[in-house]
Amino acid sequence: MTEIAIPRLKLEHIYKSFPGVQAVSDVSLNVYGHQILALVGENGAGKSTLMNIVNGVVPLDSGKIYLDGQLVSIPSPRRALELGITMIHQELALIPELTVGQNIFLGREPRRWGIGVDWKRLYAQAQRELDRLGIEVSAQATIADLSIAQRQLVEIAKALSYNARLIALDEPTSSLTSRETDTLFRLVRSLREEGVALIYISHRLEEVFELADRIAVMRDGHLVAVGNASEFTPAEVVRLMVGRELAEFFPKVPAKRGEPVLKAVNLKAGREVRGVSLELHRGEIVGLAGLVGSGRTNVARLLFGADRLEGGEIWFEGRQVHLRSPQDAIRLGIGLVPEDRKAQGLFAGQSVRYNAGAGLIQRLSRWGFIRFQAVNRIVRELVERLRVRTPHLNQKVRNLSGGNQQKVIIARWLGLNPRVLILDEPTRGVDVGAKAEIHALMSELAAQGMAILMISSELPEILGVSDRILVMREGRIVAELSREEATQDRIMQAATGQL
Amino acid sequence: MSQTRSSHLATFDRRAFFQRFGLVFSFLLLMIVLSALSERFLTPSNLMNVLRQATINGIVSVGMTIVILTGGIDLSVGSVLALSVTVGASLMKQGQPVAWAVGVALGTGTLLGVVNGLMITRAKIPPFIATLGMLTVARGLTLLYTQGQPITGLPAEFRWIGTGVVAGIPMPVILSLAVFALGWIFLTRTKYGAQIYLLGDNPTAARLAGVPTDRMTVLVYAISGFCAALAGLVLVARLDSAQPIIGQGYEFNAIAAVVVGGTSFSGGEGGLAGTLLGALLIETLNNGLNLLNVSPLWEQVVKGVVIALALLLYKVFSPPSK
Ligand SMILES: Nc1ncnc2c1ncn2[C@@H]1O[C@H](COP(=O)(O)OP(=O)(O)OP(=O)(O)O)[C@@H](O)[C@H]1O
Ligand SMILES: [Mg+2]
Repeated sequence: MTEIAIPRLKLEHIYKSFPGVQAVSDVSLNVYGHQILALVGENGAGKSTLMNIVNGVVPLDSGKIYLDGQLVSIPSPRRALELGITMIHQELALIPELTVGQNIFLGREPRRWGIGVDWKRLYAQAQRELDRLGIEVSAQATIADLSIAQRQLVEIAKALSYNARLIALDEPTSSLTSRETDTLFRLVRSLREEGVALIYISHRLEEVFELADRIAVMRDGHLVAVGNASEFTPAEVVRLMVGRELAEFFPKVPAKRGEPVLKAVNLKAGREVRGVSLELHRGEIVGLAGLVGSGRTNVARLLFGADRLEGGEIWFEGRQVHLRSPQDAIRLGIGLVPEDRKAQGLFAGQSVRYNAGAGLIQRLSRWGFIRFQAVNRIVRELVERLRVRTPHLNQKVRNLSGGNQQKVIIARWLGLNPRVLILDEPTRGVDVGAKAEIHALMSELAAQGMAILMISSELPEILGVSDRILVMREGRIVAELSREEATQDRIMQAATGQL
Repeated sequence: MSQTRSSHLATFDRRAFFQRFGLVFSFLLLMIVLSALSERFLTPSNLMNVLRQATINGIVSVGMTIVILTGGIDLSVGSVLALSVTVGASLMKQGQPVAWAVGVALGTGTLLGVVNGLMITRAKIPPFIATLGMLTVARGLTLLYTQGQPITGLPAEFRWIGTGVVAGIPMPVILSLAVFALGWIFLTRTKYGAQIYLLGDNPTAARLAGVPTDRMTVLVYAISGFCAALAGLVLVARLDSAQPIIGQGYEFNAIAAVVVGGTSFSGGEGGLAGTLLGALLIETLNNGLNLLNVSPLWEQVVKGVVIALALLLYKVFSPPSK
């Protein structure tokens, strides 16, 4: 980078408010070509809103945007694209019914003689794009059949296919495993070499320090710090984000392993689950690791009665059970925080109260009448404990930031105090402080006798929280490691089959 | 909560404001226009007339609202109404006790609703198709059952439901207000109501949150059938006649009231307060068009345009779908 470079993007005094929330407040920021700027901040700090403004998704209240020194207005995402600005959204925006290729070229399909779509060319181009990026997905596959991680990669391919000059990536790795993350990093770095300006939003500080040239920290809508990455330490960044010294990370309390609660024997379902046996004990947190697509989520869904079992048995507290629906599982005291919050967890148009209290509302009722006082008390407690940023409990959950939505879904299950809690990527998109709080809560609940099964693609999380770690590969459990034995390398070796 | 950053910050939420009061304003505006155009409009007897007319559609709309909140639709209400009341009326003609006949009529409506629900949950037929089928079948059965003849000359105790007056208020008005009140309590205070909103908002998430989705679906169509039958009884009691073609086209008015009242077709958003206003607004419009001697042919057009306008406004003010 040259010292006198004109910034690719220059923001001046940007303001944006929503009813009851000043989301972005007086933000001035430069982003340069040939650079990766990491944008960090707590959940609800205003990161996504700022990027949405730059991408024409959200109109700004006041402020100026310059692109390569020129004052521009960006009233729509279409205009942003024309200006060479694109964004990978925090929530996936692909159309599930269409194929990968159709999604990538949506609205700009190659035509034959200006009329009918040239499908052959479309799929060839899309496949070339995917291959170039090292993404192992067929352009003809339907989005609905892909895993979340694969969809994320397709989303990235789509954004890159516009040959943009400025790309914002909003938590692109939150559902990727380390291998896919490596692929993404390689991509991002090569784009930097080509001169693209990149804005990278993430809650994973290791990534930020690995990747970023500059770091910008937001807090409560304000930009509180910006500088070269080398000028910061991770601890400093955290302090700037939360505005106070973060309490020491909660030391993991080794659990007292109680009697077994849930036992699975030789579970089978399709090609994803090919004979999985496991046992969960009271007081124990079991981590389930493995690559995306190894069948972890399928196992979780089987244990929760969400999918049909094709073979095998499930035992709960010494009795064999037949789970025909999640309702059966919930009645026994099994809970599941699902993988995909938008599709499987959120009631976007409902209040925080109904979202966090979805289970409580059903349980805490007398003659069918909801005991709102009791529900409110518990929901309010959880919302405070998990630091969910919402102006009030009546706020529609779609108006919360991504991380806060995730906290609301976790709150839903914690409030029900199940005997077995299965968490599928529970802290996706959650900031460092809240993450520590969730881990502490998990430890506490385990100590009180809950059995917890946690799926996570983040190895540090698996290693930090679990008492015991199971590793899956191709539908089978291929390794069981105690807390003492487990290391990142051993898990990865088992997960990739290089044992 | 822990960080209510900006309670002092009073940003005007245009969208929320419109959704809450837009309908009230449109209603008042319509009233003002109509009183200016016709001096007969703002007379107590005419207003009472509007109210009485609105009751039938109002009761049907309560059930329709609950169905639409789950993301479904019930096109069969008019036919279900017809079959239920002709069965009830013929029992009365045979000299059976009024209470028994009323019970059977309500039971018939509920049962037909249950059949709708089972077609949708068990046979996985989309609500639009399933209830369209029921519309045809129930109408056909009504014609067969009555041999095409109207049933008249019903007992006075029964007709009191439609013609009686208590404390100066007509029975139909009392009944329909009671149905609205019960429906409102059901939707906002009971777990079933909450489950309906969750189901309508996101069926996948609802199932994973332990909502008995199939059972709730059957329940809402049963409620809709019950409401249709009740509305039919009130209507027959007032007219002292159960025609085999009674209730034809009622689904349109009910859906209109619900939609004008701000309940979203995609489910999960809206409620009965809006529907009450929607039903009144549509009936006022009907009444006004009558008073102004607008031809019935034009009436349909005007009503259609008003509904399209309402939908358009909600679209403008509803959150962008990302
Ligand atoms: N459409 C909206 N209506 C009301 N409030 C909103 C809306 N969009 C965002 N907000 C609020 O603005 C604030 C900033 O949200 P934003 O999504 O930018 O946070 P973020 O920094 O991206 O957080 P996260 O890390 O959780 O993704 C939050 O308090 C959020 O609740
Ligand atoms: Mg965000």
